[in-house]
Amino acid sequence: MAEQAKATTTDTGPRPILPFLELGANPHLRGFKCTCGAVYLDVKRVACSKCGEQNKFSPLALSNKGKVYVFSVVHQSWPGIKTPYITAIVDLPEGVSVKANLLDVDPEQAQKEPKKIFDMPVDMVTFPAAKDREGHEVIGFGYKPSK
Amino acid sequence: MRNVYVLGTGMLKFGRYPEKNVPELGGDAVELALKDAGIKIQDIEMLACGNLYQSNAMVGQRILQQVGQTGMPVINVSNACATGSTAFREAYMAIAAGMYDCAMAVGVEQMGKQGLLGGGGGGTDPAYSTEGKVGSSLMPAVFGQAGIEHMRNYGTKMEHFAKISVKSHKHATKNPYSQYRNEVSLEDVMNARMVAYPNTLYMCCPTGDGAAAAILVSEDKLKQWAGGRKRPRVAASILTSDPYTDRDLTFPDVSTLTQRASKKAYETAGIGPKDIALTELHDCFATAELVHYENLFLCGKGEAGEFIDKKGGVHPDLGGHSPVNVSGGLLSKGHPLGATGVANICEVVWHLTEDERCKDRQVKGAKAGQAHVIGLGSACTINILTV
Repeated sequence: MAEQAKATTTDTGPRPILPFLELGANPHLRGFKCTCGAVYLDVKRVACSKCGEQNKFSPLALSNKGKVYVFSVVHQSWPGIKTPYITAIVDLPEGVSVKANLLDVDPEQAQKEPKKIFDMPVDMVTFPAAKDREGHEVIGFGYKPSK
Repeated sequence: MRNVYVLGTGMLKFGRYPEKNVPELGGDAVELALKDAGIKIQDIEMLACGNLYQSNAMVGQRILQQVGQTGMPVINVSNACATGSTAFREAYMAIAAGMYDCAMAVGVEQMGKQGLLGGGGGGTDPAYSTEGKVGSSLMPAVFGQAGIEHMRNYGTKMEHFAKISVKSHKHATKNPYSQYRNEVSLEDVMNARMVAYPNTLYMCCPTGDGAAAAILVSEDKLKQWAGGRKRPRVAASILTSDPYTDRDLTFPDVSTLTQRASKKAYETAGIGPKDIALTELHDCFATAELVHYENLFLCGKGEAGEFIDKKGGVHPDLGGHSPVNVSGGLLSKGHPLGATGVANICEVVWHLTEDERCKDRQVKGAKAGQAHVIGLGSACTINILTV
């Protein structure tokens, strides 16, 4: 917290929308792995949800490539949020899944042919999502079909 | 453990009651249950009250201010959509354990025209809200994905989900306690406004207000108070939480905990799915109902589509079998969160006791029924009742 407070006063640079998004030259997601095999996105955890053991975690940089497991197309959302958008569950090769928007895919087409979305190889991308109250650009992430 | 029976039930028609507040709605349900049981508030030894949106505001005690402050112990329960059914289980356990002989469970909620649930977040600065920027946490999408997983694994079609909605709306026309009682055609459902694929408007439950109450008693009190009236026994009252699964942080698994609860419930009750005359299950969305056919073992794994095509889940009076949500389900009857879990137990009780309140939709000769609820986050309850 102390570090974050200091950053607030001296740094006006971009901020990640979620704590496990690492920005910089090579944006990627951070995770950690338990010796039991469970993999998590980098959000604080007292012990492993799978085995219950403490202090068995090691950090892990997650791959920017993944495959779509399932999705839905949201047509009705909160006021101010542009619809439709595709929300997808993307499986990463490290054994963890991520929820994010599927970009550059036509939502109507995805509904017509859902089979084409299942197992689609995708790459992570980042984008400016908003500006926060302190003037920082908030960076979001999503997935696009692999070229 | 001692035998526990449901002596009395009360339920308000689900809908919208802007002129009432939460304790009044709960109080009205309590009065109905007391009248049905034929006892007085002074006979109740303990209250378990389920409510979600005012869970920090002593709803159970405020209900007693409406109906009689006898000084009985009160537990206020919050467990997502499984709130009411968890309160029922608290009352059940209190009697089964021999602590009390008469306990009451109330479920109550006032949601009004709240609209979509889920998808909040971002803390104090909305710039950090992820909804629509980094996926969706809106309930229609979350449960839509559960249906899409079934499509992916078993080739299930959108028509299958739509048929569930048609079936449940048809059932609701016979239930005066249902929030909506309009019939819809397959075309109506398929062509309705898409909320989150594959859930169209008619495949999503409404928000609303409602309350339900159940009075549970020991065998001694049953003999004393029932006066020969048929009253069901709680043959199993099961609660589970979600075990670890690889995707559950981003893709809630509504199936594993339901399957575990279901196995345990059948084992405890000493009966199987074939013995169940009616099932009230948690159809917050049509996609959820489809996966729960399999999770409750009403059909085999991957067979839900075929089950629907062969009129599974449809009331026997309409030519179906293994009836599910003859009340109209959450899709039509409504889903005032805290009230839902007690209300679906009321429905099962009414069929087992040939109660006047279900006369137009009575499943004939029902000897056993089950009520299933899942609260995302997650909690699953299954109550099996028998006569």
